[in-house]
Amino acid sequence: MSNFFSGILRFKRGPWEMLATILIGLGVFMLMQPFALWLYTYSFIVTLVGTVMFIIVSHFKE
Amino acid sequence: MPDTPATRAAQATPASVARKIKGLSDRAIAWIFVGPTIFLLLAINIFPLIWTIQLSFTNFKANRAGREIKNVGLRNYERILTDSDIWLNMQATAHFLFWTIFFQVLIGFTLAYLINKKFKGNDLWTTIIVLPMMLSPAVVGNFWKFLYQPQIGLFNYVVAFFSGKDPSSFEMLGSVQLAPWSIVIVDTWMWTPFVMLICLAGLRSIPDYIYEAAEVDRASKLRQFFTITIPMVLPFLMLAVLFRGIENFKMFDLVVQLTGGGPGSTTELTSINLKREAFEKWRTGYASAYAIILFVTVFGLASIYVKALNKVKER
Repeated sequence: MSNFFSGILRFKRGPWEMLATILIGLGVFMLMQPFALWLYTYSFIVTLVGTVMFIIVSHFKE
Repeated sequence: MPDTPATRAAQATPASVARKIKGLSDRAIAWIFVGPTIFLLLAINIFPLIWTIQLSFTNFKANRAGREIKNVGLRNYERILTDSDIWLNMQATAHFLFWTIFFQVLIGFTLAYLINKKFKGNDLWTTIIVLPMMLSPAVVGNFWKFLYQPQIGLFNYVVAFFSGKDPSSFEMLGSVQLAPWSIVIVDTWMWTPFVMLICLAGLRSIPDYIYEAAEVDRASKLRQFFTITIPMVLPFLMLAVLFRGIENFKMFDLVVQLTGGGPGSTTELTSINLKREAFEKWRTGYASAYAIILFVTVFGLASIYVKALNKVKER
């Protein structure tokens, strides 16, 4: 876990890609869940942030 | 001069073209070859995407192209993301996605595991199992529609044979409760072979010596399955899940053939809803915003898919 946070602080690709993947997954879940309309409302922005982040961080160093 | 394809191509080049090319660098010649592809890519993919993004901020209607186009800012996005009907469509898509992937992975992996065992007629069975995914979705949709007929359909008779119910007492495509499951069954029937093939590739990539080492260590078959087979097939399974997830998120043809989104809107998946908004209600700006939301979602999933694919390649 501490490796993950130190990787985030050092702008390493792996942990940032992991974070972006989590955001995309969370966004897709929020888009399709049947529990709360407000989660659905904010799903797009979460997916968009995750996707843009994924494009940017995939150019970071390993 | 030796007679090679390169010399033959050089001889066939008209003198006027050869004179023009002579002064060009290798990089410039490469650009000349790649140029048309890049132009087509820009014209067919990138330009419509940028245009759709632009339209998503307007009230444009394609059937009233002469009307003044107003910029509505983020209102289209706001309306879509607060619309409870579209939220229901998303849930119908989620139901379809979840259960198709669940059944396809379960049955696909089981079939791959069985096919991977050496037995007589192994290749024949693989060919027979793979057949459904080679058919066109329109054909599959049509003949499953016949199979689901309550009066003459084979499906109802098979269910009736095992359950003791009257075959015409239930309607798979006409019932609100059964219609979502009817599309899950057809998609599972059609695409399980695809998941099976990916799992089979994963199973065949496991070297025998790992199992032999486990045998020497007296590991039971069950333990071998959970500590060798499952972890080593997992990247392939993930790949299959992502691939089917992306494909089913865009599902249109099969469901339109089977139910047309009905009864009511119980099987109206997002792509069907999007088509209605764009080409039946002609709300082009609104439909563009809808398409962008779906595009970002699929693009995000595709990014994860590419990452997973690279991990599998590294193995």
